[in-house]
Amino acid sequence: MSDAAAQPGIVIVGAGQAGLQAAESLRAGGYQGSITLLGDEHHGPYHRPPLSKAWLAGEIEASQLVMRAPELLARKGIELRTDTRVAAIDRGSQLVHLADGTALPYAGLVLATGATPRMLSLPGADAANVLALRSREDGAAISDAFVHCRAHNLPVVVIGGGFIGLEVAATARKLGLAVTVLEAAPRLLARALTPRLSDWFAELHRGHGVQLVLGAKIARIETEGGYASAVLAADGTRYPAGLVVVGIGVAANDMLARVAGLECDHGIVVDDCARTSDPLITAAGDCTVRQLEDGGLLRLESVNNATEQAKSAAAALLGQVRPFTGTPWFWSDQFGWKLQMTGLAAGADQVVLRGDMQGASFSLYHFQGDKLRSVDSLNAAKDHLTARKLLDAGLSPTPAQAADMAFDLGSLVAKK
Amino acid sequence: MVEIVFVEPSGSRVAVNINEGWSLMQGATTGGVDGILGECGGSCACATCHCYVDEDRLSELPAAGESELEMLENVAAERRPNSRLACQIKASAALEGLVVTLPETQE
Repeated sequence: MSDAAAQPGIVIVGAGQAGLQAAESLRAGGYQGSITLLGDEHHGPYHRPPLSKAWLAGEIEASQLVMRAPELLARKGIELRTDTRVAAIDRGSQLVHLADGTALPYAGLVLATGATPRMLSLPGADAANVLALRSREDGAAISDAFVHCRAHNLPVVVIGGGFIGLEVAATARKLGLAVTVLEAAPRLLARALTPRLSDWFAELHRGHGVQLVLGAKIARIETEGGYASAVLAADGTRYPAGLVVVGIGVAANDMLARVAGLECDHGIVVDDCARTSDPLITAAGDCTVRQLEDGGLLRLESVNNATEQAKSAAAALLGQVRPFTGTPWFWSDQFGWKLQMTGLAAGADQVVLRGDMQGASFSLYHFQGDKLRSVDSLNAAKDHLTARKLLDAGLSPTPAQAADMAFDLGSLVAKK
Repeated sequence: MVEIVFVEPSGSRVAVNINEGWSLMQGATTGGVDGILGECGGSCACATCHCYVDEDRLSELPAAGESELEMLENVAAERRPNSRLACQIKASAALEGLVVTLPETQE
């Protein structure tokens, strides 16, 4: 192959949000060498956020998910190779071995391998209509199963009351399907939200006709001819299903890195500049876990984290130091409500409400002592954006100011 | 199909035919236009599809909604009176030939 003859450039493993961002940031940063973007899917980079929403609802077509026209990537000198699986990384020889037996030399490497949905280890979990949602194809399969459920008047059972599960549930209800959500924890979104907001989301889903079971223990999935027909709970309750969607979290795809001897701990360990334990290798997005200054490890699965880490990774390979110091943010769309979160609530000991939780919009401000840690906003984009500015600048309103609708929180930013 | 003319940060003009009902963000990114990121996929959550709409035709567009106006406060480049988010503008026959200029930066 001609690759070996050419000057080694930068190879990016993974053509998702982080991989594409790294490629574009390298070019924007003036990198002149070759950039090869390797993706194991059949498609080039595509938008994943709509997969649980508009794509699942059949409101948009596949071409609307495309993040970049192939000709634009070509124009930027980014060589995209789809259907390309990486078998191993040889750090000693600086080679990426592909599954087809060829190898690519690299001067720098970005690992943006994403994550894989966890599956249930229960009898019946391998049935054809027990599905997780990560890829376009997953979304299409769930979408097809929705059609089947509607035609045969069968309910959808969602296992896992996290963001993916609840977005799928909301989309299914929007299409008029009967939906049951089974969550093992005593509340929804327990990893991301404080109890008050978990309760609010439970009420939202119940109000839209979702049958919500908290503290659910699942015994097995009943099957008929290889297809799930019901989910059986440990207490004997039987939840009939034409489709079972499993949304119980993801595992970072860190196998390549682990085998290559990079430091991993439920994800590829990176510093705040997206650098791994090998100076020639960076990593970004869902496959990573970030080492914090206090020694803790932070896993964030979000578009914001993917793009920010990718920018840091590109900078690191260009010999620059670009820490990801911005306040993390995240969003979710369910039943016409946009949840926007920023900051990290860990350690918070006081919650202050701004607005009315029964009204059209509100935000919850989480304080640790008198320091603002995070803000969760529902249909309150202004609160969210102001919070991002405050947290970025290390500023805190007082709890009383946060609760006072008449007080302009933006004025604190302006004063800086 | 609706023809929209994008002016890239480099100054190059790229005419793209966009399906009616698609957003200008989708039309631009799938049409090979440089200068739009669209990180959030069109959820009005990231403000990286900032654009300047031909001022003379601004009034022909449906007005920006509340969340778009809020997000516009967060754009990386200068916000101007004709600033919009391309993900929130749907292509329609009324917009035929619209010139949309992309800012220097989205991040």
